[in-house]
Amino acid sequence: MSNTSNENEQKIQSASNSLLSKLTRERPTLPGETYGVPGSGNTVLLSLTTIAILLFFWWLITAMGWVKPLFVPSPQSIVVKFLNIWRDGFTGSALWVHILISAGRVFSAFLLACAIGIPLGLAMGMSPLIRGIFDPPIEFYRPIPPLAYLPLMIIWFGIGETSKVLLIFLSVFAPVALGARAGVRSAAIEQIHAAYSFGATRWQVLRHVILPSAMPEILTAMRIGIGFGWTTLVAAEMVAATKGIGYMVLTASQFLQTSVVIMGIVVIAGIAYLFDLLMRMIERKVVPWKGKM
Amino acid sequence: MSLNVENATVIYPGTDGRPPTEALQQINMTLDDGDFVVSIGASGCGKSTLLNLIAGFLAPTEGQIILDGSAVEGPGADRSVVFQKHALLPWLNVLENIEFGLMLQGHTKEARNTVAGRFIKLLGLSGFENSPVYALSGGMQQRVGIARALTCDPKLLLMDEPLGALDALTREKAQELILQLWHDTGKSVFFITHSVEEALFMGTRLIVMSPRPGRITHEFDLPFSRKFLDGTSARSVKASPEFIEIREEVLAIIFADEEAV
Ligand SMILES: Nc1ncnc2c1ncn2[C@@H]1O[C@H](COP(=O)(O)OP(=O)(O)OP(=O)(O)O)[C@@H](O)[C@H]1O
Ligand SMILES: [Mg+2]
Repeated sequence: MSNTSNENEQKIQSASNSLLSKLTRERPTLPGETYGVPGSGNTVLLSLTTIAILLFFWWLITAMGWVKPLFVPSPQSIVVKFLNIWRDGFTGSALWVHILISAGRVFSAFLLACAIGIPLGLAMGMSPLIRGIFDPPIEFYRPIPPLAYLPLMIIWFGIGETSKVLLIFLSVFAPVALGARAGVRSAAIEQIHAAYSFGATRWQVLRHVILPSAMPEILTAMRIGIGFGWTTLVAAEMVAATKGIGYMVLTASQFLQTSVVIMGIVVIAGIAYLFDLLMRMIERKVVPWKGKM
Repeated sequence: MSLNVENATVIYPGTDGRPPTEALQQINMTLDDGDFVVSIGASGCGKSTLLNLIAGFLAPTEGQIILDGSAVEGPGADRSVVFQKHALLPWLNVLENIEFGLMLQGHTKEARNTVAGRFIKLLGLSGFENSPVYALSGGMQQRVGIARALTCDPKLLLMDEPLGALDALTREKAQELILQLWHDTGKSVFFITHSVEEALFMGTRLIVMSPRPGRITHEFDLPFSRKFLDGTSARSVKASPEFIEIREEVLAIIFADEEAV
């Protein structure tokens, strides 16, 4: 009896040992990986554990009645709320309509910001003329919180879709443009010189050296940019919206429906996270060479 | 092909209160068809600066560079550069890297493939056409760089320490390969190295440079590459008494410079 419990203890200890050492020890990498790349390694297990622990504490404080459901509803009630709204809709529109409307606003703003921001950022990196012209306005508006210029947007562009998409567009545009601008510096001077010594034109150098080598930074900037887009969504749907996840969250908060608020937040986070996973997949496909040369 | 560097002086402006650097002072040099000129000297004596002048990346503060009768004004396809590192494009595979120059010059896919195929064979890269360049060994990457420089049939090959990052064995093999290519293609070469042995073995002419200000202090005509191409083995060329004698002489010059710094 004492023997087996001892053995069990040992097993547990060795298991925790190996987990600990797995996390702390520097092992040689497998072929095809690079040793000593800072921060390399798989984090799925750790992340899942963190999520589980957070959920557990959330459940614990609500189940024990330490806080009122008005402030923190239980995780189960959020799921129930989600199912209810999925079935019955919210203020007359189905949940997926709210999701689609919001996603449409964010993604159209995002695409527009990329379509204008990436070429402009590249141009700013390549030409002192264009940098000189566009640097002050972008740097000026970039640190201003979107809520601060929301009233202006509404005064200028009305309460329709334009001002909503434009607000999100502005929050995505700056990081994307600045990322593309910084990416121009990624190419090694030897790569650029090599192209010129083959008689390349400035345009060819841009197209065949600068742009491909800037791809990793551009993709990172796009990931950061769309993050800003989701952050701005709620602000964009504050005024005169009748549909959208941000609208749902704001309306629910006015009626103290905390569980709907949290549910909306989780939905936004979920979509944003899925899109980020997609972007990372694209990154692996488009720039498999990132950091390798 | 004939290249004349005439009284070239390069002064880098001083920044942040540091004094300006006279990287090259009154350099005169000629390079004729089929020459293999090697430049050697203490670190910072202006070798790369001289190469950048010839390549057209840098304009001289004074003097001029004359290539086939006209002044060099910027880089051009008649002078290809092989860099020490960082010059391949990791988003292209081996074949695409080698074809890069031809692609920029607008050659058709077939024409590119024919030319690139020749150099792939010549440099022993067969079978790696579709490999990503970052998965190659350093020596292979360097061979890709050399193949790429050769595809556009330049009159003059400029090499800035192309073998500096290689191990001894790969390096010796690469030296023989470059000599063979030079012999077979009849190109002119300007070659920078830190290895005295490599300099003496490869060049038809050696220019020894000295720092602060950078200038050419000695020149040697060299017979050793011819001997190798006539069939003497590389090691026995490098072990011959004449070779060792001149090697020690050059080493003494360079060491004296290093100590003067
Ligand atoms: N862009 C620059 N700005 C200012 N000074 C420079 C610049 N490039 C080179 N120098 C200076 O010019 C001198 C010659 O440099 P260069 O790179 O030509 O030397 P090198 O002979 O190639 O040296 P190494 O053998 O170490 O490569 C050095 O003193 C260096 O500090
Ligand atoms: Mg150098």
